[in-house]
Amino acid sequence: MNKLRRIQWDALLMPMVGVVLSLLAWQLVSGRVVQKVQPDGTMEEVKSGLVQDLPGPIQTWEKTSKYIVEPFAKREELDQGILRFTWYSLVIVAKGYAIALLLGTPLGFLLGLSKNFSKMFDPIIQVLRPVSPLAWMPLGVVIFANSGRSANELAALFTIAVCAMWPTVLNTAVGVRAIPQDYLNIARVLKLSRTKTLFKIMIPATLPYMFTGYRLSLGIAWLVIVAVEMLTGRIGIGNFLWNEYNNGLYTSIVLCILTIGLVGFLLDRAMSLLERRFKSAI
Amino acid sequence: MPFLVLSNVSKSFGPPEARTEVLRDVSLTVEKGEFVAIVGYSGAGKTTLLNMVSGLLRPDSGSVTLNDLEITGPGPDRGVVFQNYSLLPWMTVAENIALAVDQLFPNWSASKRAQHVDHHIAMVNLSHARDRRPSELSGGMRQRVSVARALAMEPQILLLDEPLGALDALTRATLQDEISRICLESGKTVLLITNDPDEGILMADRIIPLSAGPGAILGPAIAVDLARPRDRKALNHDPRFKSLRSQIVSWLLGPGGRPAVSVSRKLVLPDIEPEDLDQPRPMIGGRRAPRRRSEERRETVELPS
Ligand SMILES: Nc1ncnc2c1ncn2[C@@H]1O[C@H](COP(=O)(O)OP(=O)(O)O)[C@@H](O)[C@H]1O
Ligand SMILES: [Mg+2]
Repeated sequence: MNKLRRIQWDALLMPMVGVVLSLLAWQLVSGRVVQKVQPDGTMEEVKSGLVQDLPGPIQTWEKTSKYIVEPFAKREELDQGILRFTWYSLVIVAKGYAIALLLGTPLGFLLGLSKNFSKMFDPIIQVLRPVSPLAWMPLGVVIFANSGRSANELAALFTIAVCAMWPTVLNTAVGVRAIPQDYLNIARVLKLSRTKTLFKIMIPATLPYMFTGYRLSLGIAWLVIVAVEMLTGRIGIGNFLWNEYNNGLYTSIVLCILTIGLVGFLLDRAMSLLERRFKSAI
Repeated sequence: MPFLVLSNVSKSFGPPEARTEVLRDVSLTVEKGEFVAIVGYSGAGKTTLLNMVSGLLRPDSGSVTLNDLEITGPGPDRGVVFQNYSLLPWMTVAENIALAVDQLFPNWSASKRAQHVDHHIAMVNLSHARDRRPSELSGGMRQRVSVARALAMEPQILLLDEPLGALDALTRATLQDEISRICLESGKTVLLITNDPDEGILMADRIIPLSAGPGAILGPAIAVDLARPRDRKALNHDPRFKSLRSQIVSWLLGPGGRPAVSVSRKLVLPDIEPEDLDQPRPMIGGRRAPRRRSEERRETVELPS
């Protein structure tokens, strides 16, 4: 009983305390606008605070609540509920992520299976892997410039896929190399065909590693989307953030940052649950 | 006509400049229906020897034939029970066995295959665990699944690589009896690898010691002429059992079984030796008891070869 209460205290209350403390700290450092009476008797608005242009939590809520209380509203093209923007982003992330997995998994298998393939392409992968999405994006735009109306979308998908697939590639390759020789010996003794060995033994044995890769890839795909939308102007949460910045509405930036973080966190949680399911199956 | 023949088989591992010879000129024949045990030190090359029969390894020189046919690769006519169970962890007991059965008997009807699987699960007394995964089984149960899978392949010869090595003594005793019974009933030819002379005597018709490596060789075959079923309690007092065991052990420990080696071992004293009160009281800092474990000694004994 005592222990249970302790666990609840730890699991629920402590994070809440952390949130409250963070909000307080945020409020403390953020800027305020105060009315000041000038010597000549007129009132003037003066900014004060440690970081004068950082909107505080209260101000953020006041200015952005319309995006939050009606999260799916669509008033105008650039004035929609925050979750509606998020949804647009999620759709494009899902597509790019799917491409990343479809390319990355087989590539990882090839790397893991063939020493020569690995020797040939591992250096190239190591070079391409650290390239920022901001660097890939213009290339995507150029490549798909002639694709008419879907050019923007294709460029975005290209960027997401090419940035997000590396963890999948590398983890799958590691997983394939880590398949215990005993499992492969079973396949040899039973004379399983190549396809059967792949589907009955190699893929199930690699699955936990693959899922680790998938999880990391999803995190990257979500990171990339904001950059992609800023550059292509596709409607979505990153694009919203960029527009509001250009309009000088800094409270919306804060809202977007919090939303992006929260969605990323939820995606990661969901993947980790899936991952655990597959790991416990093994 | 001999069934399984190894003639002058040698095997080395490693790159040419640093090759270690594991097996040197090993010859062995096994008759059909015979149960042969190979007893040897760990690391001597027992698994290597077995793998050349299973076809997972090829000898550097010499030949391995089964039914007069050269063994060139692994195949389902040789059912292997691997040293570390080697069950696929994402499959249940039944699925693990079905993987083999479905692969090897594609012409059978689905119901006949399922029946074949269940029959072999029942044979090792695991019907209650047929839908469990290996992680939910004890070591002994896993090894029984492994035996069931090998037998379900209906192999010509069963190859058991230290099947009970990782089990506790009591489970091992039960499984020794169980596997002996199953092998006897199936009438299969069996090659058992073990590091336990008693296990060999309890289970096999013939025991062949393998000397310590590198360059291990097989010793003289020792026939076990004890009636079956063998009762381990009665055997403990059987003079023939004792004589068999001493033959095996003395060959393994003797000049043939072990090349000249020096054994270096740590001698660990009990944590504190009682103080010897007869001794005169020492001065402060004197070297009298109690002695502590930190005062370990190391000694090296050159064994005669
Ligand atoms: N694939 C391999 N490559 C290199 N050395 C090996 C390989 N397999 C076994 N060895 C070596 O051969 C010796 C015998 O191994 P093994 O047959 O597994 O012994 P045992 O089964 O009797 O314990 C060991 O010293 C081991 O290090
Ligand atoms: Mg071994």
